[in-house]
Amino acid sequence: MTKPMGKTLTAITLAAVAFGSVASADETAELVVNGDLNMVTRTAAPAHLSDVLDEINSGWLYRKDETQSLQTDDFDNPGMIFVDLAQDEWDTVEGTEDKSCASCHDDVEDSMKGVRAVYPKWNETAGEVRTLAMQINDCRVNQMGADKWKYTGGDMAGMEALISVQSRGMPVDVAIDGPAQSTWEEGKEMYYTRTGQLDLSCANCHEENYGNMIRADHLSQGQINGFPTYRLKNAKLNTSHARFKGCVRDTRAETYKPGSSEFVALELYVASRGNGLSVEAPAVRN
Amino acid sequence: MASGVKPRVKVPKKAAAGDVITIKSLISHKMESGQRKDKEGNLIPRSIINRFTVEFNGQSVLDMTMEPAISTNPYVQFEATVPEAGDFVFTWYDDDGSVYDTTKSVAIG
Repeated sequence: MTKPMGKTLTAITLAAVAFGSVASADETAELVVNGDLNMVTRTAAPAHLSDVLDEINSGWLYRKDETQSLQTDDFDNPGMIFVDLAQDEWDTVEGTEDKSCASCHDDVEDSMKGVRAVYPKWNETAGEVRTLAMQINDCRVNQMGADKWKYTGGDMAGMEALISVQSRGMPVDVAIDGPAQSTWEEGKEMYYTRTGQLDLSCANCHEENYGNMIRADHLSQGQINGFPTYRLKNAKLNTSHARFKGCVRDTRAETYKPGSSEFVALELYVASRGNGLSVEAPAVRN
Repeated sequence: MASGVKPRVKVPKKAAAGDVITIKSLISHKMESGQRKDKEGNLIPRSIINRFTVEFNGQSVLDMTMEPAISTNPYVQFEATVPEAGDFVFTWYDDDGSVYDTTKSVAIG
């Protein structure tokens, strides 16, 4: 309960932003879902982070006991409601081609196993790094002849969650070398670039001050292994790009658009910082 | 019928006769209170689950009236004694007249 995980505050002075160091969450807890699925919530940092971090931690560790326990049982996890709804969507025929997701991919439990763990991923045919959401919309438009879903909308978040659940407990393992490398470098550049009136980069909070309080919020490492995430504050699933947008907005900067090439690069980079943590989606956060 | 309504229930599959078991139920429903207004300022009509009942082998276990202040996706957890093997029948009544139900069996052993 009291093990200090956050770094001690270094000599950073930020106008209008005060970091405290009071932690109230149980940072030593173990996450076991449904009594038998053991999640890795802390593990050695991937090699590319060796200069800056020793250990990577799931955001689950930074939440309070009540919030943590919601994620240990699928009945208590409100995010699973949306997974159920997406299962119906999976089987629903839509668009001009008279197809559903199941028409090509059959049973989601088999065909989508392990998929979430390796996304965002380089797509050779398209010649770009693709997120799960981009792939879903590609299927909808080109295979089903249906309309695109809004990138951060409820349908999309639900479908991402349904696909992610099939990889739950598997370690995140996105490729950062080969053709994806330039996108990854771009994401890394963004991660360390200060933006907005508050002049904050992702790293200022999530690398230099995780474990500390930023006003009432307990800063995590900003890992996205639990996305799409059910947030108690808005009672719905939230996508990683919606969270990125929220974070950039909080620095008082103009944000990029969800689904933009900038956020795709950032998603790849942030996902790679969590290589080794279990896929937790749909996680429960506050 | 309101969209996206899906009942979920968690009941232990087995119990000893006379055991007190914990039952969890949840129905996804938007529970529109009737107090909110849309962008044009018109009142959004009330649409909630107004009654929830549970029966065990035809005997009433729980019968509750639900009011507009109950939040979205109402979750009800309660304890019940199981004297014998049988079926729990859960029924939710929607304002629009729809009735959703689901049944769970409990074995003794």
